[in-house]
Amino acid sequence: MKRRNFLKACLIGGTTIALGKTNKGYASGSFEGYPEAMGVLVDTTRCIGCRSCEAACNKEQKLPEPDTSFDDPAVFEHDRRPTSKAYTVVNRYQKEQPSGPVYRKVQCNHCNEPACLTSCFVNAYTKTQEGAVIYNSKVCVGCRNCMIACPFNAPGYDYDSATNPIVKKCILCYDTRLKYGKPPACVEICPQEALTFGHRADLIKLAHERIRATPERYVDHVYGEKEVGGTSWLYLAPVGFDKLGFDTTLSNDPIISNVKDFLGMVPMVLSIWPALFSGIHLLCKNQEHGEHGHETESNQEDTKP
Amino acid sequence: MKKMIQHGLAIVDSPYDEDGKKRTLVNKLLLGLTPSQYLLQAFRNPFNWILAAIFAIGIPILIGRFFFGLAWATSGSNDYPWGLFLGFGLFAMVPLSSSGFQLGTACEIFGRHDLEPIERLALLNGLLGYFFAVMYLLADLGQPWRLPYPMVVSFGPAAVLFLVAWHVATYLSVQVAEVSTAFFEWIGFPAGKRGVRKITLGLTVSGIILSTLHQGALGALFTYAPGKVHPLWYSSSFQWLHFFVSSLPGGLCMVITVSTIAAKTMAWRGDSRFREKLDKVTVSLAKGACMGIATYITIKLIAIAHDNKWAYLDTGWGQWFMLEIIVGFMLPLTLMTYGVHTRKMAIVRLGAFMTVFGVVLNRVNTAMITFNWKLPHREIPPWREVIISLTIFATYIVVYRFILYRLPILYKWRQQEQEETVPEAVPAPALGRREASSIPVASYSSMTKLD
Repeated sequence: MKRRNFLKACLIGGTTIALGKTNKGYASGSFEGYPEAMGVLVDTTRCIGCRSCEAACNKEQKLPEPDTSFDDPAVFEHDRRPTSKAYTVVNRYQKEQPSGPVYRKVQCNHCNEPACLTSCFVNAYTKTQEGAVIYNSKVCVGCRNCMIACPFNAPGYDYDSATNPIVKKCILCYDTRLKYGKPPACVEICPQEALTFGHRADLIKLAHERIRATPERYVDHVYGEKEVGGTSWLYLAPVGFDKLGFDTTLSNDPIISNVKDFLGMVPMVLSIWPALFSGIHLLCKNQEHGEHGHETESNQEDTKP
Repeated sequence: MKKMIQHGLAIVDSPYDEDGKKRTLVNKLLLGLTPSQYLLQAFRNPFNWILAAIFAIGIPILIGRFFFGLAWATSGSNDYPWGLFLGFGLFAMVPLSSSGFQLGTACEIFGRHDLEPIERLALLNGLLGYFFAVMYLLADLGQPWRLPYPMVVSFGPAAVLFLVAWHVATYLSVQVAEVSTAFFEWIGFPAGKRGVRKITLGLTVSGIILSTLHQGALGALFTYAPGKVHPLWYSSSFQWLHFFVSSLPGGLCMVITVSTIAAKTMAWRGDSRFREKLDKVTVSLAKGACMGIATYITIKLIAIAHDNKWAYLDTGWGQWFMLEIIVGFMLPLTLMTYGVHTRKMAIVRLGAFMTVFGVVLNRVNTAMITFNWKLPHREIPPWREVIISLTIFATYIVVYRFILYRLPILYKWRQQEQEETVPEAVPAPALGRREASSIPVASYSSMTKLD
């Protein structure tokens, strides 16, 4: 009777978890972003590398003073990435080309189906209706799995803090601006109008419109339209995106789709293993063994080869 | 200890001492020695001096990590968030601890009672490996005091890590229950032992489920990072299978390794059953491990063929990959197969050591060395990170040895109480074995006169 109860419990529990898992896992795969999601279109052909977006972000997010000033062009010597002290950075590419260098602003791309969100075991990330991917530092355990998962290497971590280290990344100025329908600080300050704020759906149309109007100016691709299921930040570029440090090997499927093989296997193991192994046990037991292996062990020892 | 036993010390293996008096807990803890004798034998062991040196340097640095933050102790960078603590401590310790569920399954489910002399060692190896993997995790987490959050505060059930957290936590409690029978025997609480034994089958089956899932889940964690792990170590379809299957020989070979070390360094603690059956049991484990390795190599090749990654083998990374596969898996497979056939135990054991090395190398490769392989620089762990990892591992060894010295893991506890509580049990074999044992016996009082 005990065993039967155990099996029953296993099956019920397994099925419950199985249903919960598959619903979540598969439903999220077809998620293509909230219809009203906002976004930013970055036209790298317009950016002059003035870094005023970096300065505006620093001020808006109350980040610490940078090591070198925002006017110092020396920072372009090396590729930089967003950190816990700078949510956005501008890098320079194609400097040797006669057409002049190309600048690219890097920050969290606010994916429609963020890998940081789906990989987080305490659900610290939220994709808001407005399109921003925000982070709840109150529940973060500090496992840094989101940094492993992010295909754009966006989140930075407070390694220096011993008491409250948290993940820091661009949140599209959600708390101070986006929530109230205002564009992020970097977009507002951009003197070249290289950054355009708007509904993501409109921005995609706008981007393709620009490519159609001046095809010689752009490569025919909007980065972020489809990559990893689409991102709220979209990019236009004059040369191949791989030459601007973009990862062009990313699949159009969201990151979570790589994990689905495994997530789908979980309910199988939960539901099949108890029956399978209890069955094997019953088979083995009926052959020659008693109810409790340990008690009969002294007799068994001699019969085994 | 060997010297003390030569002088006629009785080994603690029953609730009663040689005068028939019930042993106190302190007496059991001190292995039947007086405090001064106990200290004497501890000081005489050169290994203890090495451990003391590691702790003297390591513990202050470990404490420092919690005061000065991760940046002070680890390489902790944004591009390589996981260093030695997880790469070695979590990802390598967990597969080496899969022994618990495997031997549990073999003995309790498949009825392989001939493997029982090693079952408790395998269960303990599982429990301690998991426990210390969690210790490494605590050292690595930014906010370790929030470790229970995924269980009680905030749930992210779609995340693989959520599965890992829940399964490791529940499996740890399963393993505590499985090992507790030895503890109950030792402290003299037969009711507890009987209680656990009633649910042994349930515990064992949950052990298989939880192990399959989270050994696989650790591999599935890397499927969140396609393109970051080098393609030869990455496979979105097979990653969990790679981790799960390689954990099988990893755990079995770890038991061979540990039992070899125990038989060499603490022969006095194993009873005649353990000593006589060890070679035979090792052969059985090695056979199982060989099947595991063969399966692992096969699915590894299938994964390369499945994604058509043959071209990568002709690169520097490919050579490193081949080295891991050949030295860590193919060579040990050959050695163990040869050793099993010719009954050359030294070769079987060498193969087992190499498999342990291969599994560790595979995990470190996946989590650290080949991670972010497209980035120009590789992360080399700074000295504080190495020392902390070493310190936690030394603690693991100390705890392991502490338990093996005392609890009936390698020997059978002569449990007189059992006669009263389980009338079916025949006390005769236990008594017979005791008389047959060649261990010299002397009274506790005569021992004290020696010093």
